[in-house]
Amino acid sequence: MQASKTTREKVEAGLRRRRRREIVFQLSGMLATTVGVMFLGVFFVDLFAKGSTAFMQTYIRIDVEFAEDVIAPDGEIDLAYADFDGLVRTALRNEFPAVSGRSERRELYRLVSIGAGYQMRDMIEAKPALLGSKETLWVPASSTVDMYVKGNIDASIDEALRPLSDAQVGWIESLRESGRLESRINSALFSNGDSREPELAGIRGALMGSVYMLIVTILLAFPIGVAAAIYLEEFAPRNRWSDLIEVNINNLAAVPSIVFGLLGLAIFINWMSIPRSAPLVGGLVLSLLTLPVIIIASRAAIKAVPPSIREAALALGASRMQVVFHHIMPLALPGMLTGAIIGMSRALGESAPLLMIGMVAFIVDVPSGFSDPATALPVQIYLWADSPERAFAERTSAAIIVLLAFLLVMNLTAVIMRKRMERKW
Amino acid sequence: MTIVQMMEAKVTDRQAQSSRAGSSDEGPAIDKGVKRTPALPASGQFVETGMTVGDVRCQDPYVIAENVDVFYGANHAIKNVTLEISKQEVIALIGPSGCGKSTFLRCLNRMNDSIESARVSGSITLGGQDIYGKDLDPVALRARVGMVFQKPNPFPKSIYDNVAYGPRIHGLAADRAELDDIVHSSLERAGLLNEVKDRLDEPGTGLSGGQQQRLCIARTIAVNPEVILMDEPCSALDPIATARIEDLMDELSQDYAIVIVTHSMQQAARVSKRVAYFHLGLLIEVDETDRIFTNPQHKLTEDYITGRIG
Amino acid sequence: MQGTTLILILAAMSFAAFFFGRGRSVALVGGPRHSTALHSLPGYYGYFTAIWCLLPALAVLLLWVLLEPRIIVALIVKGLPEAQRSLSVGELDLLLNNIQNLAAGDAISGDLDAALSEAATRFQDYTTVSRRILAASTLAVAGLGGAIAWRRIRPDLRARNRVEGIVLLALIAASSIAILTTVGIVLSVLFEALRFFQKVPISEFLFGLNWSPQTAIRADQVGSSGSFGAVPLFTGTMLITGIAMFVAVPVGLMTAIYLAEYSSSRVRNIAKPLLEVLAGIPTVVYGFFAALTVAPWVRRTGESLGLEVASESALAAGLVMGIMIIPLVSSLADDAINAVPSAMRDGALGLGSTRAETMTRVILPAALPGIIGGVLLAVSRAIGETMIVVMAAGLAANLTVNPFEAVTTVTVQIVTLLVGDQEFDSAKTLAAFALGLMLFVVTLILNVIGLVVVRKYREQYD
Repeated sequence: MQASKTTREKVEAGLRRRRRREIVFQLSGMLATTVGVMFLGVFFVDLFAKGSTAFMQTYIRIDVEFAEDVIAPDGEIDLAYADFDGLVRTALRNEFPAVSGRSERRELYRLVSIGAGYQMRDMIEAKPALLGSKETLWVPASSTVDMYVKGNIDASIDEALRPLSDAQVGWIESLRESGRLESRINSALFSNGDSREPELAGIRGALMGSVYMLIVTILLAFPIGVAAAIYLEEFAPRNRWSDLIEVNINNLAAVPSIVFGLLGLAIFINWMSIPRSAPLVGGLVLSLLTLPVIIIASRAAIKAVPPSIREAALALGASRMQVVFHHIMPLALPGMLTGAIIGMSRALGESAPLLMIGMVAFIVDVPSGFSDPATALPVQIYLWADSPERAFAERTSAAIIVLLAFLLVMNLTAVIMRKRMERKW
Repeated sequence: MTIVQMMEAKVTDRQAQSSRAGSSDEGPAIDKGVKRTPALPASGQFVETGMTVGDVRCQDPYVIAENVDVFYGANHAIKNVTLEISKQEVIALIGPSGCGKSTFLRCLNRMNDSIESARVSGSITLGGQDIYGKDLDPVALRARVGMVFQKPNPFPKSIYDNVAYGPRIHGLAADRAELDDIVHSSLERAGLLNEVKDRLDEPGTGLSGGQQQRLCIARTIAVNPEVILMDEPCSALDPIATARIEDLMDELSQDYAIVIVTHSMQQAARVSKRVAYFHLGLLIEVDETDRIFTNPQHKLTEDYITGRIG
Repeated sequence: MQGTTLILILAAMSFAAFFFGRGRSVALVGGPRHSTALHSLPGYYGYFTAIWCLLPALAVLLLWVLLEPRIIVALIVKGLPEAQRSLSVGELDLLLNNIQNLAAGDAISGDLDAALSEAATRFQDYTTVSRRILAASTLAVAGLGGAIAWRRIRPDLRARNRVEGIVLLALIAASSIAILTTVGIVLSVLFEALRFFQKVPISEFLFGLNWSPQTAIRADQVGSSGSFGAVPLFTGTMLITGIAMFVAVPVGLMTAIYLAEYSSSRVRNIAKPLLEVLAGIPTVVYGFFAALTVAPWVRRTGESLGLEVASESALAAGLVMGIMIIPLVSSLADDAINAVPSAMRDGALGLGSTRAETMTRVILPAALPGIIGGVLLAVSRAIGETMIVVMAAGLAANLTVNPFEAVTTVTVQIVTLLVGDQEFDSAKTLAAFALGLMLFVVTLILNVIGLVVVRKYREQYD
């Protein structure tokens, strides 16, 4: 078999080159997979490096006097106009009696956040009996002090190049030595609304805004999505029209989210005159955005119910509607809920359409209803990311960690539900 | 076959086994070949001893499988199989579904490699070379051991490109003219050239089922292999297409060793020189085709060819 | 919250109607034992009554809520002094806004005069009256509807069919919302865009090379100045999309190939969920990462190589966007590869192809339509992506293909033009809708082609 031999030789001759190509191909596949995974690693390390410190905040202990002549000059407590900041300043002056001169004192005052005055006001409002007493308070340090304590400001560089003066650094060190400076859990991050002062800024307002929006979204999108899926899967005739609906829904799932924002602006705000910045509008827009996701997932869940169950129920004389509500819905519900959770997690992370409908304002108050001005957690991240202060960068990362934690919980729930409902027919 | 009939078939099967277990002297021993059974053991024991009836050896062997075991994870799919295949014969592997005949076939060109959980032990040599040896590239092996699959699987390319695929990847043709030659001669030998010579650039998927299968055979012989494995090549074809493929196999057996897995005993009888009967991962019996169909030595073989197992 | 109370009352009424309806049906045939004499199960008569109690009332409520502001505003305007009624639309809006704020007890801009405060009082009055009428009429309709339905209950009333018919209508209504959304998008974007094209010729918008909408703010000159040539935005969008695809397509495709063909199932079980995590990260987070981590890094790296890199370079935004799209490409490519029958793979391997040859010469060509469809969807995603470019790409409308320069995109400009206070008549605001129209049309075309190709391709191997 001379021919066969030459064939074999030819094959052998090319083998090395082909094997090398095979290895290159495999390695590039491995490399590509690594790129994605590596990015995820870098991203999380970077995020936690930047953000984890924001969950702690530096506090300074001061001895304040709720002086009657300042708080209640006319005998009655004057919450609106009393100079609580002045009381804080007095306390600081007492702490560092050596400090004199206006500019030096002003530097001293800058160690403590303006939140200290609010804290005193809230205390006296809650408990008027404090009037006239002396108290020891832990008040938040200003963000520059906080940054210094967290090691983000290098005291060894030239004084003019850093936000803290030598004198301030000296005071901080002396406070630290006397145990009057402490790192504590940053409760303000979870209990406050937005603020211009990083040490007072919190995500509560944004979080509540997101919660209100998601409530609107789930209330609208889930029933409508499931109803649409039931109709399309169980009742709609198969024709060009249903093909069109199919393509339309799939397309809606891929329409850029910002276009939904334009829709919300033109229809809900301009035409229906629903107030801007309200979670109601946000929820409406997000429900339109998540509707296709829920419809697609619900249709898949309905499709997964075997036809034998349908036929069995129909054969017993059930109407088609009864088949759907008595048999198919209960079986498809876990799948539908999984779809709903995935839709909700998409809605929770969405920010572009919210920019269009005015949910991008600086809002200090925590919203308490569906028509209060509000923002949302991702939008808050966007707003903070724009702030130049170093302390805001830290808080942005912290807000991202919180957002990702919520998304993780939602997606894990979906995964577990999907695992649970996996049923062999 | 209705469910009731199937149940009956199972019952008879079980009865057959139990009767065999009761009378171990059934099935006369034959005094020929290397491996032989002096007396048929009970079926339970049989699984353990794994003895093959008949003659697993042949003259001038080219493919030699010795004590081959295959595992899919914990599943022991092939149990201690020894078989020799010579260069100019057609050997048919028969047996009920799931008996391991396809698995054994796929061991011969290492197609089991791509199954993650598959593990092969024992030795298989091709012309004296261990095909599971470290220095052997499965790519080179498969150029020598071609394969035709159960369902015709032409690539979604033109007829020409289908046939030219193998020569191209292996670099068998120096230039276009040589490649044309290979394509034409391969199609000719596969008996397809006259039907397709005017439409070589049309997609191979547009041919009829039988033509597609012959295209796949042409594609295989274009690489000029030494052995061709056929995994139920006619099961998806109608009787006329089947007859053409069988004729083709007859012609090809002049040049190639052909190992064919088939469910059809008539086909095995028509095309093969020897037959190997597999049952539950065991090679039960190997013999000349005429002998095995007229005078099976083993009870299980007899049950199968008389239609009691199937 | 008066509205809530009203809705609660309505809910309670329909709940009661259910029991009344069910009770009547049972009573008509003489007790629960004889309920087989009814056409439908008693519960259906209850639903029948409840639906007729609830639905008409809700319709009234919805209609009223939609019409109320218009009617009240019309009434107020009618009552205003002649001088104010003849104000321009914009000024009248401001005035009405003031009246509403005054009525709500908020601070107002401008001087407070008698006519204004009188109008505010009337506004309050009208609102109060309107709310009362609303409550009364809604509840009356609910009661009436329930009562009529209740009276119509007969043992031979086909209650189940009636109820099911209404439920079917509700299902149809729900599924038409998806259509309505598309129609709503088209109409809202199209109308505003047409108004924009009245101010700025469409040819200038599509082919103009200069984009600087800022100068058009001055109210007396809307549209007459300021240039709205969108070409720099289109090129900027294409540049960033191109960079993103340059990253995402090879990486996503090779990832899909590796996971489908080479990796052990253990690696696959780890890598796939990780990629899903990548897909689940909100875009604003990618934007933050692009702006604060990647952009400075790109800039530093570029400068150390002696390149001039803008701090908001197209490269940084494009890179991060590419990473974001990797999971999309890889999952669609994975679908496409898996849709190729394994017989193809076996056939190629059986002829002695290496795995790389099997992939590149047989499987990928066979999967090509599916992969192209997936890439089109990915391009559409990249074009419409907003947050990454808003945060990491610039506002400067440079006409350039240099990835180290700052460019701006269609989505960035939409956001910039619409965030903050806006007048709805200025060309600046309307331009955002024209851009939105472009965005919608282009992504629609890409999506539809992509979806149809992917679907056709799947059917081919089914």
